[in-house]
Amino acid sequence: MESILAQIADPSVLAPVIEVCAVSKRFGAVQAVDGVDLVVGRGELFGLIGHNGAGKSTLFKMMLGLLPTSSGEIRIDSEAVTGPGFRAVRRKIGYLPENVVLYDNLTGIETLHFFADLKGADKRECGAALERVGLAKAASRRVREYSKGMRQRLGFAQALLGKPQILFLDEPTSGLDPEAIREFYAVLRGLRDEGVTMILTSHILAEIQERVDRLAIIKNGKLQAVGTVQSLRERMKLPLTIELARGAALRLHIERLLEGLPVGRIEVRGEHLLIQIPREAKLPALARLTREEEGIDDLHVREPSLEDVFFGFSD
Amino acid sequence: MDIELKQIGVIAGKEFWDRIRNRWVLAVALVFTAFALVIAYFGAAQQGAVGFRSIELTIASLVSLVIYLIPLIALVLGFDAIVGERERGSLDLLLSMPITRLELILGKYFGLSAALAFSTVAGFGLVGVLLSAQLDTNALFHYAGFMFSSVLLGMAFLSLAVMISVFASDRTRASGLAIAMWFFFVLVFDLLLLGALVVSGGEYGGAVFPYLMLANPADVFRILNIFGLEEVRTLYGLATVFPEALSRPWVLGGVMLAWITAPLGIAVWRFRR
Repeated sequence: MESILAQIADPSVLAPVIEVCAVSKRFGAVQAVDGVDLVVGRGELFGLIGHNGAGKSTLFKMMLGLLPTSSGEIRIDSEAVTGPGFRAVRRKIGYLPENVVLYDNLTGIETLHFFADLKGADKRECGAALERVGLAKAASRRVREYSKGMRQRLGFAQALLGKPQILFLDEPTSGLDPEAIREFYAVLRGLRDEGVTMILTSHILAEIQERVDRLAIIKNGKLQAVGTVQSLRERMKLPLTIELARGAALRLHIERLLEGLPVGRIEVRGEHLLIQIPREAKLPALARLTREEEGIDDLHVREPSLEDVFFGFSD
Repeated sequence: MDIELKQIGVIAGKEFWDRIRNRWVLAVALVFTAFALVIAYFGAAQQGAVGFRSIELTIASLVSLVIYLIPLIALVLGFDAIVGERERGSLDLLLSMPITRLELILGKYFGLSAALAFSTVAGFGLVGVLLSAQLDTNALFHYAGFMFSSVLLGMAFLSLAVMISVFASDRTRASGLAIAMWFFFVLVFDLLLLGALVVSGGEYGGAVFPYLMLANPADVFRILNIFGLEEVRTLYGLATVFPEALSRPWVLGGVMLAWITAPLGIAVWRFRR
């Protein structure tokens, strides 16, 4: 695991905004978080992934100052999250909890007015926040009439109040339909362009693998790896997959063609042939396959997915 | 200590207006008005008389009613103040705001107290206005004192309710504890004291008995009201039993304030851990 100094030295990390230094949390006999070092830079979209019970939520809550650490320190913009300057820190933060539950008896706009008052934000922002998440037309409807996806979007609008510099998003796309998920990530891209730092958790790895700048994998309270998806793929030395369209019938022929190369598993899936191959053997393999003029309609090289990376680090 | 009054006000305002909007305040005020009117005009029906008799007898009857009703309403109002937010999942969101746990709990408490006080004063106050033509200044003063002490009683039980809501792990347990607390203070406590006194044949504890009554806010409320009214004092036969030193309104008021602050203090201490 990278030390905090190595993470700060990582050129992909701009000015550190969130610094988690040797943080541990123990609940009785259970070590929920164990010596985690983590740095998130300004304007980063950072993913935090792990199994249920891996320690993500506990780490998240400590970063928000909702739980005290057993040891170690967490700073946001160089200020301790639970120190005397906690109000200033929290005014820079927006938080969307997992399965956010808001107040059924309030309307959408009243909900935002309440949270704007607590944050000390300008109430005039509330309308714009609802507009940004696509709820402007439902502003005066009571939350009890909102669907799950609308509640999630209202929770996101709440997190955007006060123009936060750092957003903590816990399973933010839970309950959203595919179109809303796409719109949600479009908003995140806009926020990243404005320099907002975002840290999110998700169980849907396919959804975040192309969207986060860097991510951390946590298991049993320990950080297993931190980096870009590509750097983690390379570190795990996971094989690439070459997919040959309608290549199933050519299996024996292809095996002969690739003889002498360090080919991994070859698998037939429907009409397709999937060949696992180390990254360094990609070009020689492609050279041999593309020389083959008969039988192969098309081929596609697939990087290992974030799921492969995740299981690689956590198994 | 770093306290922002504005944050307390925001939470208190939400709690108060929630109860106004869902007509909780109106419903409770109407219940108080209805009961107070019935007691004032028909309280002596069993003796064959109908109509308003005296403010002292009216207050004595209202005290008996309020002792049952206000603790129950206050406990129901406040038992899920914190545990409800925790169970819904909104507590973390609230605590991620620039607010301390102390401000959150005080905001909840003051907002709920304001709703209860408003409905108590509105409910009984309306009856006071209707009776005012038949009351002199002294009687009005006693009636105002009764309303004020009713508000204090409500605040004491609300403080207990908030304490329950901090300690309980879920709403079901919190509601069970609230009901148990109502049974203990309103129904069981006096019976236990009386039982102990009877079993010992009045030999032991006779001198301690009045002081033990201070350990129950409902009894403090009863004494506070009854000792201010000469006619009722004689009626209850308490003048000879209860030490004069304890019957001073400011002493009893102080005890009631202790009943308000102590459970709330314990709740704050637990919530901040």
